[in-house]
Amino acid sequence: MKYMLLIYAGTGVTEPECTVEDWQAWDKALHDAGVKVSGESLADLVTATTVQVTGGDTTVTDGPFAETRELLGGFVVIDVPDLDVALDWAARSPGARDGGAVEVRPIADFG
Amino acid sequence: MRDRVEAVFREEHGLLLAALVHRFGDLDLAEEVASDAVEAALRTWPRDGVPTRPGAWLMTTARRKAIDRLRRDRTYADRLAVLAAEGERHEPAPELTDGLPDERLRLFFTCAHPALPADHRAALTLRCLAGLETPEVARAFLVPTATMAQRIVRAKKKIRYARIPFRVPGPDELPGRLPGVLQVVYLLFTTGYADERLDLADEAVRLGRILHRLLPEREVAGLLGLMLLTRARRGTRLVPLEEQDRTRWDADLIAEGTALAEAALTGGPPGPYGVQAAIAALHAEAPDPAGTDWPQIVALYDVLLHLAPTPVVALNRAAAVAMRDGPEAGLRLLDALAEDPALRTYPLLPAARADLLERLGRTAEAEAAYRAALALADTDTERTRLRNRLDRIGRDRPVGE
Repeated sequence: MKYMLLIYAGTGVTEPECTVEDWQAWDKALHDAGVKVSGESLADLVTATTVQVTGGDTTVTDGPFAETRELLGGFVVIDVPDLDVALDWAARSPGARDGGAVEVRPIADFG
Repeated sequence: MRDRVEAVFREEHGLLLAALVHRFGDLDLAEEVASDAVEAALRTWPRDGVPTRPGAWLMTTARRKAIDRLRRDRTYADRLAVLAAEGERHEPAPELTDGLPDERLRLFFTCAHPALPADHRAALTLRCLAGLETPEVARAFLVPTATMAQRIVRAKKKIRYARIPFRVPGPDELPGRLPGVLQVVYLLFTTGYADERLDLADEAVRLGRILHRLLPEREVAGLLGLMLLTRARRGTRLVPLEEQDRTRWDADLIAEGTALAEAALTGGPPGPYGVQAAIAALHAEAPDPAGTDWPQIVALYDVLLHLAPTPVVALNRAAAVAMRDGPEAGLRLLDALAEDPALRTYPLLPAARADLLERLGRTAEAEAAYRAALALADTDTERTRLRNRLDRIGRDRPVGE
């Protein structure tokens, strides 16, 4: 069963305590366990552009679609037996700390 | 005969459902074939008599129905086969209860899974483990049946599509997950008890007993002990504790609850349910309010306040201090607590103040505090209790005051 872990960065004033090494260690653990399907980090939010097509007209606007307090910073898709295992990987992610959050979403199966 | 079948089904429902869920990995299929099996029982038992092991009969029939269903629907079967294969884990074989493997502990943890909304957890536990029908579950939470049906459908949908597993958490996860299960059972108990819907409180006790048999952890003993000791005071609770007729308390429940409270506090650091059970046990063993071990009760509240630092615990501690050191000492603590925004609409705070003011003979202030409590009270039971106190003050007050 595939789950996408959406990694949201906290926008609090405190500097994140987790280091690049923490992220590398998590990524290595995902690889070593053989559960990682794919994953990317997203570039800085100021580079985001949103496109909407309404009645044939295309509107391009600067910035992300949804203005939320937390910013989507990256994602990982994992393949694990059940939600408990997915939640455990999410809890081990550095992204879940320091006011950040990891949203766990099952990938829809239309098969 | 219908009653006989329904009684058996209700008794065996959780057991049957849990075994079917474990076998087929799907709650909907399990519920469907479980109710098919009951229909079959209603047809055949009146003709052939009730089988010697009704639970095993229902299980065999339900399993056969499930296999039929899976033969008819290959796609569904393939999905479930995947689930069953992935769900395979090495765990000790469960004990047999009435000839059925007892898989209910898994279902307890699934129904109380933290990924489900809190009010869905309690509803699902009542439905799946206590065997209540949806309208009964709706009545338990005082919501329309349609609302409850929707809630249960949503919860089951999340279990299926997010694949919340049917498993007992491992020893390393258990400390994080067990409190959620205990909270569901205790919520059912307090909901029933606060509102004098004692059948609901009894369902919670029944679930607590099952849970304790399957998982004799200290906090499970504490929860069951706490519920039994609270339940032992049945029928007397419209009256304040100090005026209750203690001969009407249930001695058997008190003995059982006290033993559980002791077990809960033995062999490791205490948990919040164990401490609350110990407090209830001290109340239960006291011959009267004056003969109650108030110093010990205050000491236990100190421990509880450390484990669960909530304003409500602080309030109860203040009431115990008042019994140990006198009403003035209690009042000082209560007045400090009145600053807490969490207690601003909590009816038991003015009620506790009123009680202490009354004991100090400050009748007018006590009356005002009782009225404040009455305005905040949210159950009929509580309102009746407060009106009784107000009437009494009114009677005692000299004419012309």
